[in-house]
Amino acid sequence: MAFWDYANPTRFLRLVQVVLPWLIGLCIIAFAAGLYMAFFTAPQDYQQGNTVRIMYIHVPAAWLCMMCYSIMSISSIGTLVWKHPLADVSAKAAAPIGAAFTFMALVTGSLWGKPMWGTYWVWDARLTSVLVLLIMYLGLMTLWRTMDDPIKAGKAAAVLTLVGALNLPVIKFSVDWWNTLHQPASVVRMDGPTIHPDILWPLLMMALAFTLLFFVLHLMAMRNEILRRRVRALRLRAASVSHPGTAAATAQPAE
Amino acid sequence: MDFGPHAGFIMASYGLCLFTVLALIAWVRIDKANQERALRELAEQGFSRARPDSRSK
Repeated sequence: MAFWDYANPTRFLRLVQVVLPWLIGLCIIAFAAGLYMAFFTAPQDYQQGNTVRIMYIHVPAAWLCMMCYSIMSISSIGTLVWKHPLADVSAKAAAPIGAAFTFMALVTGSLWGKPMWGTYWVWDARLTSVLVLLIMYLGLMTLWRTMDDPIKAGKAAAVLTLVGALNLPVIKFSVDWWNTLHQPASVVRMDGPTIHPDILWPLLMMALAFTLLFFVLHLMAMRNEILRRRVRALRLRAASVSHPGTAAATAQPAE
Repeated sequence: MDFGPHAGFIMASYGLCLFTVLALIAWVRIDKANQERALRELAEQGFSRARPDSRSK
C-alpha cells in the first residue's frame, strides 16, 4: 500500500485503530523501563548530584519540542506543495502537543537551572530561542482558531510554520554560535556522546518513551481533527437543508 | 529514596511533567468524546456520512 493511499481519511482512521493499541502498549513499557532506570539504576552525577535526574525529562521534552515542529514543517510543505489532505490535519494536531513539550522543557530546565546555575531564567540564546518556539506554537494555534475554513487556515498556518522553522537551527546551534549559560550538546555530536553510558542509556530510554507518547497523542489528535471536520461538513449540510441558499456545504478534502 | 537537598526541584519537575501529560491525555479524550457526540446528534437528525462500502454498491 502506497503512502498516498493514506490520504483517504477513512483508510487513515482504520490504520490508527490498528496501530494505536500497540503504540500505547510500547509507550507504557518504555516509560516503565525509563523511569526505573532513571531512578534506580542511573547513578548521581559527581557534580550535580541527584538533580541530574531532571535531565531524563528535560532533554527528551526539549528534543520532542523540536521534532514536533520539524514534523509540522514537513506537513506544511505537504499542504502547500502536494496539497496532501491529511497534511494540515497533521500540522494542526501537532501544535498543542508541541506547545506542551516546549512548556515542559522550559519549566524543567528552569527548575534544574535554579540549583545548578543559581537562577531560574537567563536571557541567553538557547533559552530565548526555545521561548520563541513556544510563542510560535501558541501563535499557530491561535491562527487556526481565527479562520472558520480549515483549508484556508491550513494554508496560512503552513506559511507561518515554515517561516518559524528558521528558529530550529538557531535553537540547535545557539550553544555553539554564542556564549551561553546553557551547556553545549553532549549527546548528538559529531565525535559521539560525552555522557557516561550509565547516564546515557536511561536518557535514551526516556527519549524513546517521550517519542512514543508524542506519536500516540498525535495520532489521537489527528483522528479528532478528522472527526471535527466531518462534524463541520455535516453541520453545513444540515444548515443548507434547513436554510437553502444561506449555507453552502463545502466538502473539505479531510472530511 | 533520598534525593538530597534539591529534592523539591526534582519532585516539582516530575510532577509538572506528569500533570502536563495527563492534561494532554484528558484533552484528546474529551475532544474525541465531544466530536463523537456531535456526530451522533447529527445522525439522529438524519445527517450522517454514507458508509464507504455501501457507497460502491
